[in-house]
This record gives sequence, C-alpha cells and structure tokens, in this order.
Amino acid sequence: MNCIIILLIYVLGAVATLASNSKNAAKTALVTSLINAVIALILTGEYLNGNDVSFTQQWISNPNISLSFVVDGLSLTMLLLTTLLLPIIILASFNTLYSKANQLYSLVLFMAFAMAGTFLAQDGLVYYIFWELALLPIFFIGLLWGSDEWKIRKRVMVTFFMYTFAGSLFMLAAFAYLYTLTGSFAWSDLSKVVLSTKEANYIFLAFFLAYGIKIPVFPLHTWQANTYEKSPTIGTMLLSGIMLKMGIYSILRWQMPIAGNVSENILKTVIVLCIVGIIYASLIALRSNNLKRLLAYSSMAHVGLVAAGAYVGNSTGYQGSIIQMVAHGFVVVGLFYLADIIYKRYDTYEIKEMGGIRSQAPKFTTFFLIIMFASIGLPGTFGFIGEFTLLFALSEKELLYAVFAGTSIILGAYYMLKMFQNAVLGSTENKVFAEVTTKEYFVLAVICVVLIGLGIYPKLLTDLFIQ
Amino acid sequence: MSTTILLLTLIFPLVGTLINGFWGKHLSKKVSGTIATMAIAASFVTSCLFFAYIQGSQEPVKIVLFEWMKFNYFSIDFGFYFDQLAALWLLFITGIGTLIHLYSTSYMSHDENFSKFFTYLNFFVFFMLILVTGSNLAMMFIGWEGVGLCSYLLIGFWYKNQDYNNAAKKAFIMNRIGDLGFLVGIFVTGYLFHTLDFIELKEQSFLAPTLGIATMAFFIAATGKSAQLPLYTWLPDAMAGPTPVSALIHAATMVTAGIFMITRLNFLFDLTPDVQHIIAIIGAATALMAATIALVQNDIKKVLAYSTVSQLGLMFLALGLGAYEVAVFHVITHAFFKACLFLGSGSVIHAIGGEQDMRHMGGLKKHMKITYATFFIATIAISGFPPLSGFFSKDEILLTAFHHNIVLWVVASLASILTAFYMFRLLFLTFSNKFRGTEEQEHHLHESPSAMTMPLIILAVLAAVGGLISIPGNSWLNEFLKPVIKNNAASHPHVLGTTEYMLMGLAVVGALVGLMVAYFKYIKNKQVPVNDNNVSGLQKLFANKYYLDDIYQSLIVHPLNFFGSFFKNQIDGLINGIVLSFGRVPSELSYQGKKAQNGNIGLYLFAFVIGVCGLLYYLFMCY
Repeated sequence: MNCIIILLIYVLGAVATLASNSKNAAKTALVTSLINAVIALILTGEYLNGNDVSFTQQWISNPNISLSFVVDGLSLTMLLLTTLLLPIIILASFNTLYSKANQLYSLVLFMAFAMAGTFLAQDGLVYYIFWELALLPIFFIGLLWGSDEWKIRKRVMVTFFMYTFAGSLFMLAAFAYLYTLTGSFAWSDLSKVVLSTKEANYIFLAFFLAYGIKIPVFPLHTWQANTYEKSPTIGTMLLSGIMLKMGIYSILRWQMPIAGNVSENILKTVIVLCIVGIIYASLIALRSNNLKRLLAYSSMAHVGLVAAGAYVGNSTGYQGSIIQMVAHGFVVVGLFYLADIIYKRYDTYEIKEMGGIRSQAPKFTTFFLIIMFASIGLPGTFGFIGEFTLLFALSEKELLYAVFAGTSIILGAYYMLKMFQNAVLGSTENKVFAEVTTKEYFVLAVICVVLIGLGIYPKLLTDLFIQ
Repeated sequence: MSTTILLLTLIFPLVGTLINGFWGKHLSKKVSGTIATMAIAASFVTSCLFFAYIQGSQEPVKIVLFEWMKFNYFSIDFGFYFDQLAALWLLFITGIGTLIHLYSTSYMSHDENFSKFFTYLNFFVFFMLILVTGSNLAMMFIGWEGVGLCSYLLIGFWYKNQDYNNAAKKAFIMNRIGDLGFLVGIFVTGYLFHTLDFIELKEQSFLAPTLGIATMAFFIAATGKSAQLPLYTWLPDAMAGPTPVSALIHAATMVTAGIFMITRLNFLFDLTPDVQHIIAIIGAATALMAATIALVQNDIKKVLAYSTVSQLGLMFLALGLGAYEVAVFHVITHAFFKACLFLGSGSVIHAIGGEQDMRHMGGLKKHMKITYATFFIATIAISGFPPLSGFFSKDEILLTAFHHNIVLWVVASLASILTAFYMFRLLFLTFSNKFRGTEEQEHHLHESPSAMTMPLIILAVLAAVGGLISIPGNSWLNEFLKPVIKNNAASHPHVLGTTEYMLMGLAVVGALVGLMVAYFKYIKNKQVPVNDNNVSGLQKLFANKYYLDDIYQSLIVHPLNFFGSFFKNQIDGLINGIVLSFGRVPSELSYQGKKAQNGNIGLYLFAFVIGVCGLLYYLFMCY
C-alpha cells in the first residue's frame, strides 16, 4: 500500500461526487472519506510494521522538483486526523440540506485532497502548491453556501482569501531563497541547510507570516471569527478542525527545522505573541454573545497554546502540539456540531435566545458536557493530555510562560461554563428542543469515545511519534 | 494482597455510575438507589479488607496498569498506590459515602432526576478514590479535577435555578485557579526530580532552589479545593446543592483533598519551612475569619459551611506546623461530626419543607427526637468537650500550636471558642424554644424515615468515640501513619505534663464560655437574630463576609469583563482596520492615479517638464 492512493481516491471521489446527482452526493462523499479512513489505518499498520509507504517521482528536473510524499510519525498523525475527521464532518453535515450538494461535497473532497497533500509532501514547492490549493475550495464553500447577505459574505470571504494568500507568498519567497542556497526543494536537503542567524531570522519571519495568519496567531487573527461565522457549518469544521492545523504542522515540519537557529529574541517574541493571543481570545470569548463567534475565539485561544508549544522547539513541545492538534480537531468539530444542532432547533446562534435544553434533551446535554469538558482540558480526556504536555513544554522554557498560558484553563472554564449555563441550562418558556436523532447520537458518540479513549490510553496514538 | 480486590474498590463506583448513567431512567427509584448504595458499600468492604491487610503487614501495594504519558526524560504511569494514608481515606470515603447514599435514597426520593443524582454521586466517589490512590501527582490530578467536575454537577443539580448554576460555576472556576497551581507544582517537580511518582519522589527529592515554588503552588491548589483564604468563597455558595452533597463532598471528603495532598507530599513541604509558615498563618487566619462569619449566619447550612472552612483552617494550621498526623486525625473526626451535622440539618430542612432559615425554626426537639439527639452529640463533639472525638483532635492542634507559636495558639483557641458559641447558637435556635414557622409547617413536622435516621445514629456514635484512635500519649494513629510521614521528628507525640493538662482545661473552659453565652442569649433571653439589614459594626463586617466577594467582583471579574469588551469592540476592530488598510492603500493609489490620466495635454506637459527638471537637478547636483 502506498500513501499516494489516498490522494488519488480523494480526487476520484471528488469527480464522482461532482458527477452524481444532488441526492447521492453526500453519500458518495461519505463513502469516499470512509474508504480513505480505512486506508489510512492500514497505512498506519504497515508503517508500524516498518514497511515503506512513501512515494517519490521526479517531476521537473530544472528547477529540481519532485513529487515526493513521505510518511513519518508526524505526517501520518496528520493524515489520520484528516481522514478520520472527514467522515465525521460529512456525516455531521447530513443535518443540513445544501443546494447543489454535488458541487459542495466535491469541493469538500477536493479540499481533503489538498490538505492530505500538504501533510504528505516532502518537496517544498509541491507542499506549497497543495497549501495554496486547499484555500480555493474553502473560499468557494464559504462564498457560495455561507450565511448572511451576499455582499457581507463576499467581503468576509475575499478578505480571508487575500489575507491568507498574501501571507503564503512570503513563504514562497522563503522557499525560493532556500533553493538558491541548496539547489533543492526537498525537505531532506532544506532541513540540513546551515543558515546564518540573519538569514534564519528572515526565513523564520517569512514562514511566520504564512503560518501565523493561518493558525491564527495574535494579531494576525482578525479574519477568523468573521469567516467561521459566515461559513456553513461544514466549512467551519473543515477550517477549524483540519485546515488551521496545516499552519501548526508546518511550524513543526518546515519552520523550526529550517530556521531553528533564529535569534532568541524573535523566538521569544513569537511565543509571547501566542500567549498574549490565548488570553486576548479567551477574554473576547467571555464577552461573545454569538455561539459561533465564541467558539471561534475559543479555538483561537486553544491553538495559540499549540503554536506556543510548537515554537518552544523542544521534544515536549513537539509531541504536545501534535497531541493537541488531534484533540482540538475532534473537540472543535464536536463543538461546532453541537452549535449546529442547537441552530437546527432554535434557529439562532445568539446564546441569549437559547436555554432550557437540559430539561428537554438529557442525552444532548450529556454529550455537550463531555465535549465541553474535553475542550476545557479535564483529565481523562485527550484535551488534558495535550494541554498538560504543552504547558509542561512552556514551563521547561520559562515557568512564567506556563503560568500565563495556564490562565487559559481558568478563563476557558469561565467562558465555556457561562455559555453552557445560558445556552443549555435554565428553564424555557415554550421553545421545543428535540432530543438528538440516531445520526446525531452516532456522530457525537464517536467523538466522545475518541476523546475519552485517547485521554485514558493516549499511547494508542502517541506511539506513532514518541520513541 | 490481591490487586484485583484493590482495583475493585475503584471499579464498583464506576460500574454504579455506568449502570445509573445509561439505564437509570428505566430503573425504578428503589433499584437505582439500591445499586448506587450497594456499589459504595461493596467498595467499603474491599477497603476494610485492605485496611486489615495493611494494619497487619504494613506493606503498601503499588499497581501499575500501563504507561500513561511519556516525555524524553521521564514517564508517567497510570498506576495506583495503596498505603496507610490511602487506607484511612478509603475507609471514611466509602464508609461515610455508603451512609450518605443510603440517606439520599430517602432524601431525594421525590426528585425527578433521581437516577442522575446517584450517577453523579457514584462518579464523585470514583474520582475521590482515584485522588487518594493515584500513584503519582498526575494520577492524583485526575481525581482532583474529577471531584471538581462532580462537585460542579451536583451543586448545580437543580439546574432550573440560575442562582444555583452560578454557585456551581463559581465553585468550578475558583477551583481551577487552584488547579493551575497544582499544574505548576507538577511541572516544577517533574522538571526538578524527573519523576512524579510518590515513592520515587520520597526517595529522590532534595532541596532545590525552586522547590519552594512547587510547594507554594501545591498549597495554592490546596486553598482552592479545601476552601482556604483567599479562595474559600465558593464553599458557602456551594450549599446550593442538595444537602447530602454538602455532607459528602463539601464537608467530609472532597474538601479534605488539600490536606491529603500536603500530607502525601510531606517530605517536600518539610524541605521548605518558609512555605510551611505561610500555610500555618493562612490556616489560622482562615479558621478565625470563617468562625466570625459563622457567628452571624442565619441559614443553617451556611453556618455549617463556614464552620467547615474554619475547621479546615485548623487542619492547615497543623499541616503548617509539620504535625501531619494531627491534621489527619482532625480530618477523620471532623468527617464524622460534620457529616452528622449536615445530614441532621438535612433532616430538619426535610421536615419543614425546604426552609433553611433558623429564624423560622425552633422547638424541633419535641418533633424530631433522633435528629435532635444525634445533632446534640455532634455539636458537643465539634465544640471540643471531652471525651468526644472533637476534643482530642482539636486539642492536639492547639497543643502543637502552643509549642510552636503562642500567637497561633491564641488565634486557634479563639476560633475554637467561637465554634462552641455558633454551634450552640445553631442548636438552640433550631431545636429549643417554640416553633417560629407557619402553622402549616408546624403541622407537617415529623421525624425523618429510618433510611435517614440510621446514618445519623451511626455517625453520632462515631463522632462520640472517634477520638479513641489517637489518645494523647498512646496514639494508634501516629503509629499507623509512621511509614507515610518521612520526618517523624517534626511531630513529636506530646508528653502529658502540667502545661498540657492546663491547656486542655483552658480549652474546655473556653468551650464552656461559648456554650454559656449562647445559652443566655438564645434560651434565657429567647433572642432571635435580627434582619441582615439591621446589623452594624463588626457584625455587619461579618455578615458581609468581610466584603471578600465584592472585592473579587470589582478587582477581578469586572476588569476581566471590561477588557473582554474592550478587546472585542475596540482592539479587534483596530487591528482589522490596519489589515484592511493594506488592501486599501494600493486601491486608493490606483484610484488617485487614475484621476491624473484625464486626457489633459497641459497636465501631461507640466508633469513632463517637472520630471526633466528633477532629473537634471539630480544629475548635476549629485555627480
């Protein structure tokens, strides 16, 4: 088995979905994503058995570019995240009837293709192409299927597109410069390049513009809440669950190995920015009235911690950020799904207009509690393993970093419990909230099982990247 | 000792949780309540087996299930450590837990979410058992946060009332402040000693410069969970939960977790005497402060809540003085009498249809003989009259304080005298004189059913005789705990000399004074506390809890909200404006540039001439 099969199946699936009628599109997409989930698991088994599942093919000789897709612990974990989360995201979207569903789901699969390619590519330029390719489908998904007036939506989506695209151009420039030094785009060559501190500084900052916007790191975040709010739920899930991890993955894969000898001051500044972002976003989440915006800022706070851990650059930070990428992926998809379920019943994202859910839907409430506490990082959930490792990594660098970043466990509890109290608890006058359907139950149960299972026995996953 | 039996101690409550959680709705209340109670009772049986084992062999048992987390220089096991300290906690968690479960089957019998209540209650016991049996700091932290979760769920059990939800939220968040301390402590410890395992820590720990940060951080964690200054304000609010919850979680077990943790880490705290001083001072200050607030409370559960804070303060005082076994002793006796008091107050509240204000009680002695008798015993126990349990444990604390620092002794003694006063105030207002409620309430007054009175009787007996486990001069407890506490020299068993007997006598006289004052005020003069608005002076300060809640509101909560709004409404817009301006600059430039190209030949010529002049100027001047 070879990892390129996954990419091919996504493309084939995208074509098949586009060709199918609107009714069957979602099912075709689901089947495709499930096939790939199984293949990813088989690949994992083969990888653990020591088989080589990589793929390399010369593409262009001058400049020297090759189609090289390599599987190691890091990329395999990201591949698993993508392929396992995708069926959940697609199944979660069955709640909504989208117009032109064949186009939508085709774009979704195409996006998965691009993201998987980003995680696998070991050639800088190919990686860059996939990176940018992933932006196109989500742009159209948001633009065509999003909420609110066309004019506002268009402005939000174009801002998002231009902003992230502009940031990525700096990364391209960095790759071009590195090519002049090494004559290669291959990761194996680039990671060995010896840069002067000055060179490393520029390369580091160029990468940072690309990744900092994508993740997003304070103060490069302003596109995020608007985009999350206006996108359809499936788009928000793709963005927050998988796509933003492309930024963190890239820190671990490209930025730190290549520009690791960046000056200590720049590194510290970036870590401090991440930590400032954690507190900043938490406080905004505290004052958010719109559930989707609250979750957007909450997500920003969490990935701020992941990014900080990734920039610490030691082995604890490395493994912590990988763990938390997976944990956050499942948590955030779960949270947006819960918000979507509420929206389907109450027709609002305004927290003030909710309430009285618990007395009517105890199962929904239990799922809400589990996913919420996983988000807060309660021990016994996978979220805890991630946050614990990340905060520990920060404390190894500087104890005060851990203390300030650690305030997120207090503030996180504050805004989440406040939201829970207003959205779910309390009594209701005459609003009807139906209990979860079988399909919803299934999706939420899978997410909860993953979060608790890995929280108790994280080695199931962490053995992939911790020796 | 078979590891299966030990693990069963933990598994029983978990199974109870799962059964009631998944199928509770389909079970009758009777079945649901029985399953939950039996689950804890079964744990109690295995705990007893373990206790018998460890009392004989003195060999602790360590069980490692698997490797939980791994870092490049150490790993964390998913493991359990059953030793003497754990044995004590196991016994009273599951023992008192069983009684309170039994009590709840009757107390909660009219509640629509009956099975959910028992799900949470079983779940709580499960986490509490993890907390005390975890083999390392991270395992303890699972239990530590897990009990916090259950506490949150149970305080807000009646979720339709948003005030209760506020109390639940407050409890969780204030505990989380402490939990951050716990994490920082873990990080420093792990970084210093490359292990979090208790056995290895005990062997390998040494005095490092940053160790004080770790122990201080652990103490901050303890102030959250065990409701000490400055983080205690959540506990009185937590009385919003059903009364059995207050008895189990917020009096007998969970709030003692901080004391357990510090005792578990005694070898680290012994290395940092500065932190120990802080603990002693905070403990004494909390004991006195909470006692003064309890003087003016009129809600029967609030009095008991502040009393709990005050008693916990005394335990921390003992911890700070290095007398760990004394603190543990008071934990145990306190668990007996405070659980009895809380369940007794629940019995009272049950009888008068949910009324908690003592001004509307009185004269219940006639109607509730068993409740009164047990409440009376528990009251003299907590007030420190010999030979009941509270006398022995409190006296040990006072003696220790006396030998270390006279000021601490005075403060602690004062707190004890106040304890006697407010407890008898409570007793008299509730049970003596005439009933002050409505006629309808009076008509319904009744003794509680046996499922509720039985636990009361058992707890009252324990509150009476519990002191026997550590009689001065011949303490079974001190001997039993010897392997746990590294530095036994710090806590010498007291030789009973003249001074000691005099101090004991003084303490008893003090308690008598408290009793007499309460007697004259509330029995002789039949006083009833006035409305909160009419109090003044010191009383007002006490009634308003030293304004601590208000201070937190204006110093922490308001600023957080202010900055949240400020960031949301001002800063985020500002940043976004800057980002968009990057897009606007080229667009504006091209728009202005477009204006120049208007087809006016004159303008073009003018620009051409200016350009040529500029060029010539440049060439001549610069070269």
